[in-house]
Amino acid sequence: MSTAHDTPPAPPAPATAAGRRVHRPRVITGTVLRAGGLSVRVRGRALVVTAAALAALVAVALVSLTTGDYELSVGEVVRALAGQDSGGADFIVNTLRLPRLLTALAVGAALAVSGALLTSLTGNALGSPDVIGFTNGSAVGALTVIILMHGSMTQIAAGALVGGLATAAAVHLLMLGRGLHGFRLIVTGIGVSALLLAVNSYLITRATFQEALEAQAWLIGSLGNRGWIHAQAILLACAVLLPPAFVLSRRLSMVEMGDLTATALGVDVTRTRATLLVVSVALAAFATAVTGPIWFIALAAPQLARRLTRTAGPALLPAALTGALLLAGSDLAAQRLFAPALLPVGTATGTIGGLYLIWLLITESRKSRA
Amino acid sequence: MPVEIRAVSDAEAAPAALPAPRRGATALRGAGLLVVLAALVLVGLLSVWTGTRGIAFSATWSALWNPDGSETSVIIHDYRIPRTLLGLLVGAALGLSGALMQALTRNPLAEPGLLGISLGSSAGVVVAIAFLGVGSVLGYVWFAFLGAALASAVVHLLGSAGRQLATPDRLVVAGAAVTAVLYAFNSAVLLLNPRAFDQFRFWTVGSLAGRYLDVVYVVLPFVATGLVIALLLGPSLNALALGDQMGRALGVNVHRTRILGAVGVMLLCGAATAAAGPIAFVGLVVPHLARFVVGPDQRWVLAYSMLLAPVLLIGADVLGRVMGAPGEVQVGIVTAFLGAPVFLALCRRRKLVML
Repeated sequence: MSTAHDTPPAPPAPATAAGRRVHRPRVITGTVLRAGGLSVRVRGRALVVTAAALAALVAVALVSLTTGDYELSVGEVVRALAGQDSGGADFIVNTLRLPRLLTALAVGAALAVSGALLTSLTGNALGSPDVIGFTNGSAVGALTVIILMHGSMTQIAAGALVGGLATAAAVHLLMLGRGLHGFRLIVTGIGVSALLLAVNSYLITRATFQEALEAQAWLIGSLGNRGWIHAQAILLACAVLLPPAFVLSRRLSMVEMGDLTATALGVDVTRTRATLLVVSVALAAFATAVTGPIWFIALAAPQLARRLTRTAGPALLPAALTGALLLAGSDLAAQRLFAPALLPVGTATGTIGGLYLIWLLITESRKSRA
Repeated sequence: MPVEIRAVSDAEAAPAALPAPRRGATALRGAGLLVVLAALVLVGLLSVWTGTRGIAFSATWSALWNPDGSETSVIIHDYRIPRTLLGLLVGAALGLSGALMQALTRNPLAEPGLLGISLGSSAGVVVAIAFLGVGSVLGYVWFAFLGAALASAVVHLLGSAGRQLATPDRLVVAGAAVTAVLYAFNSAVLLLNPRAFDQFRFWTVGSLAGRYLDVVYVVLPFVATGLVIALLLGPSLNALALGDQMGRALGVNVHRTRILGAVGVMLLCGAATAAAGPIAFVGLVVPHLARFVVGPDQRWVLAYSMLLAPVLLIGADVLGRVMGAPGEVQVGIVTAFLGAPVFLALCRRRKLVML
């Protein structure tokens, strides 16, 4: 594989008489494939990471579909998926396991993309929707619909969207004149989160015991009992929201260079920011509507993807795959490790997420000390 | 409430405006303390009077002094008085632990609830009940202390990683990280144990309801010890407010003060959490309110915090009962509604002053 970053860097240009040095920063990494008038840039590392993530996804999916209380062979699963099996395998795969798996994958991807967009917009690795309260806001909206109105899936999703957008607007207003950068945003978000958590607790105490138990499991983030209605909802949301995110993310890497530079490069910074913020909040809101507020995916997946692929900008596709892999994997682990107990996936991601946040704090303090 | 927020932030933003010590100031502060005490008595009476069962004030008053075994008397003596006394103890403990933490760390956002210390206590209690089968408050109060101590140690290590003094915002984020882990842990344990969950459903949000006098007796010695420690530390904390070096030059044993302070926080916060569940924001708001009234003298701040916090907590409890009638809203939820705006107002200040 002969790539541009395999070739040795150009020798430094000799200093001119005036003492100025002509820099040739390498703007383009990866290999550029050209065919006629068309050219496409291929980054070897990103490609390998993406392929590896896809392979891991397939493996997790197969394990999820074949194992459980009732073991199935791969052949049985494939036949059931193709609709050629009408017996128990069909019920287990198509009614029980497949919707749960699809929900996990889509929610993971949605959360990861939402986190990637928001951390990029805030310029802060901690600025993900779960830390600064957007997911809790969505949860308030969804829980209101669930407990007070016993609403349908569409209504729950709408409630979550309204809650998430309102929270984003509130945090934005609170940070007015302070910019969206820095630790202050995170601390403000934590305050808003605490307030919203109180609202959620209040809603739970209004419910009957059975409802409360369900709502509690929902509040920590759960994939239990997710059927086709949930899978359809989140897949539809992804289908609508992911394309604009992917299209606009190219501008986002320019916005990351600073408002002035981005404007000079022809990007409408304000509009790009606003659109991507809404897309990010909506993705997190719909994911929350389906599974409840799941910690950690939105926080960690974009960071992991960025480190693995070593890209400069927000790498949305690897982030989405990493998020899907993390959530489906966590769900599988929570189901199998604690069987027969039905532990919601949020307890697993919450623990890992908190530990990850701690690690992030430590490494960041090292950086600031250096 | 908004009026108070403004006032607090303005007073904090302009340290030059601190009142110079003048004659009569002590008398004025003492008189203020009496006013707060009167408010406390008033709120306490209100707490005994209000509830799901409407009882006329005259009947309440007579039943209060002449327990005659009637239904009214039983309600008041077995339910409402223990509840009010518990609010008094828990409130004083939370207010003092918040004031102690803010003074020790010189951090305006320090508070047991936000920094994950209350959740540390509750994780200790969850472990004691779910895994060790401890059933009584006297049994699990020790686990609450242990959890509080561990959580505060971890949060301070994280917040000050990098050897510089823990800045207010870093400490809050560290607290949020620890809270996330402990919250997930508590939820997992409780969801695996539905019988415990029913008991915990109200406990975890922080509530004064359904506690009897024995709980008050159990936590009383711990709160009292913490109270004495906190009040005795006042003068040393005043010296420490000038910085560790200046404090040492003024003859304060910095290490002893810090360790005693940490023990005090652990006792107060652990006892409060064991008795009522994690309650956030009381320990944050009250010391700021106290500082606004009496200025920076820690001795007065501690004394005022000790009396103002129960006023706030019992008041919030009454408010929760009135708002939630015929049921009730847990006091932890009401305090979050009252306290979070103050926290956000503090966050909006240009610079988080180190106290």
